Amino acid sequence: MGELHKLPGYQVSQKIRNQEIFAEEYISQLFERIDKVDLKINSFISKNYESVLLKAKQIDKKIKNNEKLGSLLGIPIGIKDNISVLGLKTTCASRILQEYVPPYNATVIDRLEKQDAIIIGKLNMDEFGMGTSSEFSHYGPVHNPWNQEYVAGGSSGGSAAAVSSLQVPVSLGSDTGGSIRCPCSFCSVIGIKPTYGLVSRYGLVSYSNSLEQIGPIARTVVDIAMTLNAICGRDSNDNTSASSSASAGIDQQFEYKIDSVDGILGKNYKVGIIDNLIDSSEYQVKETVHKKINLLKEHDFSVHKTKINYSDFALAAYYVIATAEASSNLSRFDNIRYGFNYNPEGYEWNSYSSHVRSNFGEEVKRRILVGSFVLSAGYYGKYYLKAQKIRKIIKNEFNKLFKLFDVLVLPTMPILPFRIGEKVAKPLELYNLDIYTILSNLAGIPAMSIPAGFSKEGLPIGLQLLSNEFNEQVLIDIATFFEHEDKFNEWIPSI
Amino acid sequence: MTQTESNVNQLDFDSNNNNNVNDDVKSYENIKIGLEIHCQLTRLETKLFCGCFSNYRDIQPNGNTCPICLGLPGSLPLLNKKAVEYASMICISLNCNIPEKITFYRKNYFYPDLPKNFQITQYNSYELSSIGFDGLISYYNDKAELDNTGKSKSKAVRIKRIQLEEDPGKIVHEESNSKINNYCLIDYNRAGVALVEIVTEPDFKNATDVRLFLNKITNIFEYLGVSDPNLEGAVRCDVNVSVKGGKKVEIKNVSSFKDVEKSIFYEITRQKTLSMHEISVKSETRHWDEKRKITIPARTKEEEDEYKYFPEPDIPRIVLGSDYKVRIKENMPELPIERLKRYVENHKLSNHISDILVNNKNVSDFYEESVKIYNSPKEISNWIVNELLSKTNELEKDESIGNKSDKNRAFNSQVTPRQIADMAKLVEGKSINRNIAKEIFDKSIRTGESPLKLVENLKVEKIQDSEIIKKYIDEILSNEKHLIEQSNNNPNVANFILGKIMKKTGGRADPQLTLKLIKESIRHS
Repeated sequence: MGELHKLPGYQVSQKIRNQEIFAEEYISQLFERIDKVDLKINSFISKNYESVLLKAKQIDKKIKNNEKLGSLLGIPIGIKDNISVLGLKTTCASRILQEYVPPYNATVIDRLEKQDAIIIGKLNMDEFGMGTSSEFSHYGPVHNPWNQEYVAGGSSGGSAAAVSSLQVPVSLGSDTGGSIRCPCSFCSVIGIKPTYGLVSRYGLVSYSNSLEQIGPIARTVVDIAMTLNAICGRDSNDNTSASSSASAGIDQQFEYKIDSVDGILGKNYKVGIIDNLIDSSEYQVKETVHKKINLLKEHDFSVHKTKINYSDFALAAYYVIATAEASSNLSRFDNIRYGFNYNPEGYEWNSYSSHVRSNFGEEVKRRILVGSFVLSAGYYGKYYLKAQKIRKIIKNEFNKLFKLFDVLVLPTMPILPFRIGEKVAKPLELYNLDIYTILSNLAGIPAMSIPAGFSKEGLPIGLQLLSNEFNEQVLIDIATFFEHEDKFNEWIPSI
Repeated sequence: MTQTESNVNQLDFDSNNNNNVNDDVKSYENIKIGLEIHCQLTRLETKLFCGCFSNYRDIQPNGNTCPICLGLPGSLPLLNKKAVEYASMICISLNCNIPEKITFYRKNYFYPDLPKNFQITQYNSYELSSIGFDGLISYYNDKAELDNTGKSKSKAVRIKRIQLEEDPGKIVHEESNSKINNYCLIDYNRAGVALVEIVTEPDFKNATDVRLFLNKITNIFEYLGVSDPNLEGAVRCDVNVSVKGGKKVEIKNVSSFKDVEKSIFYEITRQKTLSMHEISVKSETRHWDEKRKITIPARTKEEEDEYKYFPEPDIPRIVLGSDYKVRIKENMPELPIERLKRYVENHKLSNHISDILVNNKNVSDFYEESVKIYNSPKEISNWIVNELLSKTNELEKDESIGNKSDKNRAFNSQVTPRQIADMAKLVEGKSINRNIAKEIFDKSIRTGESPLKLVENLKVEKIQDSEIIKKYIDEILSNEKHLIEQSNNNPNVANFILGKIMKKTGGRADPQLTLKLIKESIRHS
């Protein structure tokens, strides 16, 4: 024993259900693992040990009493620190929210708990989700489990690193422009950004409302599917949630299944290779992705080259929309109701507000400034409206592509993970890294990152899969195929 | 534009309060006045974007809040569909267009009473997507509107737009003098209450017209059952005034409709004085100083027009569809103008009487109730307008009752529709004559007793028994025999005798029957 932390969530859950192990026992082992490992990784902002133990005991009791058991029974799930959990600090890795405790649960939290999952703690991130490296955190950078001198990717760096370093089997992240997929790629785990509206955003502290989605991160495709099943679907607390929008099937029940490899091959998926974006990637990324494509070809997938136009415009459009919405969302943090103790003596409203707001991190301030600028009088048509037009063009691009293909393949990130500190002072370089991931956020389509291999330095490389909206099943199928072929679920960092 | 914390509830306007401004023909041409009216949809159960009560009044501070209306991180607005319906009803009443799709926008500005530091509102600069736009409503001489002649003296104002938005919270200051305050408190109970903003074109020429218009639309709010204008702060108003050659000046913080008029008078005078001295009137926001009854310049900060509008991403565009207006209209309560038409055409009441009834929903409803009990529109409207309302007005003067709600209370506490119906029945059934009826009515009001019962108790029922009347006649004729002779030459004798009998019977004798009997007696004597 003592190796339970290596197990994926669904296996742990089975063992607990079959009374091979107690939830309490498992959780205690996991605590030991976290206490040992996270000193090096810095993935947790707050831990929920006391109530977690209580919850574990309750689960054991439930089993003993033959009560109805949820699908995620006993699976500990780490939560990105921008998702509200009742009674747990939700800091968004920001100084401004360092003492904020939400009086309510996000819908995803309620849904996880309904399936008897255990909310184990809150995970580190870029402040308010703004970043590609998880270095912009008030709580310090997240370290990559594969090489701790390297970044874990961002903004859900804590969520990906905690899963990768076997501290938790499953976590939730949020993805505004790649924030789930980038750290999954850098840490060699699986993560999915669902279709916009598939998962309720209620309780997710907004960065860019029209772009972001909550999604699961795990080491196995089964865990991804199970968790997604638990959290997805219509929510009356979110006007943008799936079946409340006309495009989705009304009150459609979403359920994702793990098919056999034969079954998947039998579906004759047509794969589009986004050639132009693969070509513009770093050579090791390019090579790795080509290996994956060859694997598909070997198994008689129909594979064809294609391309995505306007991706450079897309990046500009993304940053206009994201910063515009962010500047408005973050304006409520004026230190009047949340924040830290700061004496208002000698200030009037406006000067006090601007003074306390200087306590946002550099990247957040940068984006607030950009967002405020693009929304200012007279610039709306020049920036925001144009960005929305680009967004429509990108969406149309994908509509066309999905008439030809079931799934599109491209790298998650154009480069390998980089060293902590290397790019902190180069915001534009960082922004440019988002070019492959922001496309699906602009189009609202689902996107997944799966482990694809490693560079010769041993740094992880991720493969990105895109499908049409509400077609997450294709992504799960392709991921299952690669998992079966590559056994990437067994790729574990030696930490 | 909801930064003003105003409490407009005075709705009673003294129509003889015309000042000299509108009489000055020269300035009349040059003055432009526009309004921004904020009306809370107080009849909604819940706020615009959450499940908290719409009625925040009398709840302990911050006791009527939730993560949504507090703007807590991660909370999302959930649009109250009923609010869209109510706002549409207002749009329809003011003859506005309703677009097929409506959009909400964020108006970003920093103010401590605004939980999110942006207000979810609507905005038409980028697309016509507010709940209503381009309306027109006549506010004086509805007859013209009714006859569709339009010419006569009818006055109308164009409605630029109507938008649905959220009310901010309230800042409670320690002392009225802000300089000595150590702290102020914020109460978010009001935050998120549905507000309809009505923006007019600057079509008003004087304060009297503004008053008439405000009366008209608050009446409409009541008829629609969307808002109770008598509640404190339910209807608030900002005023824009400009005189010829000058820029537009916005007056905020006007706390009552009476002060709306006063502020307009003040501002016109101020701006004209500036013009006279060839000082140009600059575009600015001024506050109404309630105590000194003057306008004072607002802090310059509030003049900045940088609200960084953009579409609210948490509320997808709402598709109302092309038949929305028709569907809403179908289920809409009767409007004052429709009621007026019904009174004139079906109830055969005069325009004047109909107007008086319709102009106060409370009175009109009272009338409707009474007519239901006893179907005589003429008689009932007569009792309500000539007796009841004049009494209420007296009462108002006596006790200097300030506002409409008190007036309504006075009105209601006096009588029930049943009492009025009974009075009408007594008079029309000719069981008592009108003078006595008035006495009965007075007594009924004082005691609250049923007029029918009073009539019985007072035995004031008309004497219609010929035998009894005859006895009276005989008595008089036997005492004053000369009357019989005089009657041959003087036709007034009969009336003289009638007067005597009326006096004796306390007016209860049926006058027509008595006169007939007198004439018979004289002839036969």
